[in-house]
Amino acid sequence: MKRSWFPALLTSGVIVFLFVPLVVLVTNSFNASRFGGGWEGFTWGWYEKLWDADEVWESVRITLKIAVSASLASMALGTVAAHALHRFRSWLQSAHSMLITLPLVMPDILMGMSLLALFVLTGIETGLITIWVAHVTFCLSFVTMVVLGRLQDFDFTLIDAARDLGATRTQAVCKVLLPLLLPGVLAGGLLAFTLSVDDYVITFFVSGPGTTTLPLRVASMMKTSRSLPVINALSTLLIASTFLIAALSFRLQRRS
Amino acid sequence: MDDFLVIDRISKSFGPLRAVDDVTLSVSRGEAFSLLGPSGCGKTTLLRLIAGFERPGSGRILVNGQDITALPPERRPVNTVFQNYALFPHLSVWENVAFGLRMSRRPREEIRGGVDRMLELVRLSEHARKRPAQLSGGQKQRVAIARALVNRPQVLLLDEPLAALDLKLRQHMLKELNTIHEQVGTTFIYVTHDQGEAMNLSGRIAVMNVGKVEQVDTPERLYETPRSSFVATFIGDANFFTGTAVELQHEGYVRVMVEGLGSPLVLSNGAVTSNQTLRLMVRPEKISLTLKHPPSGERVNAFRGIVEDIAYFGSHTRYRIRAGEHSILAQLQRSRFSGGEIDPARGTEVWMTFHPDEGRVLKLEDAAP
Repeated sequence: MKRSWFPALLTSGVIVFLFVPLVVLVTNSFNASRFGGGWEGFTWGWYEKLWDADEVWESVRITLKIAVSASLASMALGTVAAHALHRFRSWLQSAHSMLITLPLVMPDILMGMSLLALFVLTGIETGLITIWVAHVTFCLSFVTMVVLGRLQDFDFTLIDAARDLGATRTQAVCKVLLPLLLPGVLAGGLLAFTLSVDDYVITFFVSGPGTTTLPLRVASMMKTSRSLPVINALSTLLIASTFLIAALSFRLQRRS
Repeated sequence: MDDFLVIDRISKSFGPLRAVDDVTLSVSRGEAFSLLGPSGCGKTTLLRLIAGFERPGSGRILVNGQDITALPPERRPVNTVFQNYALFPHLSVWENVAFGLRMSRRPREEIRGGVDRMLELVRLSEHARKRPAQLSGGQKQRVAIARALVNRPQVLLLDEPLAALDLKLRQHMLKELNTIHEQVGTTFIYVTHDQGEAMNLSGRIAVMNVGKVEQVDTPERLYETPRSSFVATFIGDANFFTGTAVELQHEGYVRVMVEGLGSPLVLSNGAVTSNQTLRLMVRPEKISLTLKHPPSGERVNAFRGIVEDIAYFGSHTRYRIRAGEHSILAQLQRSRFSGGEIDPARGTEVWMTFHPDEGRVLKLEDAAP
């Protein structure tokens, strides 16, 4: 059969389309030109500027604080939710399942607005806590889905086997179920972490004074072209860490 | 017989289905016992009841005099070898075997000694560090046996232990299981749907059908004197005839009139009254074929028929013979030296004969298969 050149061309086209912007961005973060119009020589200058931009690092700190705590909380809640969804079948569980999947399809802007409305109504001041609640709400769905997928593959005779060998119900869960679910839980947690780190829309609604997360900070910096190359430098660092986390998550998913 | 494992009138229903229906069994210490039956006969449910994964609706289970009916699986002196082995994929072979001892918090030295000895018994010492995924089917099976036996259970339950293995490995594991049983002397309860397996592995077999035990006996007695047509067909092949008892003779012999065939004399193993409707059973290999009428006599059952079909199996040949509305299966060993052997072609008229002691009268209330 004659090999067609079309798939190869299409694939390289897609790859170029996806990665050229990133290459431009990374290149520009080392470009001495302020506007990135043309190459004006190599520089570490923007990284030095970034290093001194205290407000950026404050945002990074806030973002990480929220992302870590939100992903930990959604890992715990998501695992429990997945277990409940897998174990019990009733009309209540169908409702539960729908509520869990809803945030996956609901527009962020709707979720942000409704959360804000709720916080205003209940008189809760927007800030770290409200961002955390919002993030847990949408991360939960992702973790639940990932863990549920692993639970569906789980062979429950292993629990019988553990009990047969003298393990109590709790011991069987701790010694057999959880270790085998762990890669799924961690993969879900990493997914939650990345989602939390770069969420803009929902966070925009529920953040308060002094809780400017990184995406919000970057967006506000965009308004002044002066700091554009600094954003490039910051983005380059973000790309590097994203690739690292994605690779880790991929490895966890495959190990089973 | 000492009653080591006693199943006392156990019943278990799933909704309207009576999976195990008033089963009573008694197994002695050290016995290799099989629960045999087609899928859905309740044998696996019975096993799960003994292991403690299911609670019976009624009845009791006793091991060595102790009532274990209310105990959860982790507190029963019983261990299970699961059909799919159910090895823990995240633990090494060694840790799999050590699991039970760790759960019962044995001292470290005892765990190490016990696991090493057990791995030696199943000849897997050099695979101790591997993960279950790296093992072959037969090796996984042996790990599962070691993992159960290391806890020194009073009773070892084995759920279809050979079903997942290919034919050659199955032969090998059959021998291996017998050797292990001899070495450890634990009571083994096998669950299987394969009659050959059950006959090879166990001294006694309980044949189960739709939740009930049909017969408990040695393999020989199950084959030679089945009590129901279900047992007769489940273990081996059988010809059945329905007839009327026309003449009761001494020593339990009874002459039975079979419509369209004749009046064979057979040995009955129960009380038979005159004019009673009976069910006869003759194994195919108990029937011999001759071309001429055999020397007649009181003790010879001879019937005429026409060879309809011949199937050659190498070691033996099977003939399907038509006699009136009866279709009878006869099986002949191919031996050149035994006298009177014939090799009838299709369409040949032959005489079928069998000795009265080879015919059986089955449970009278038994329905036709």
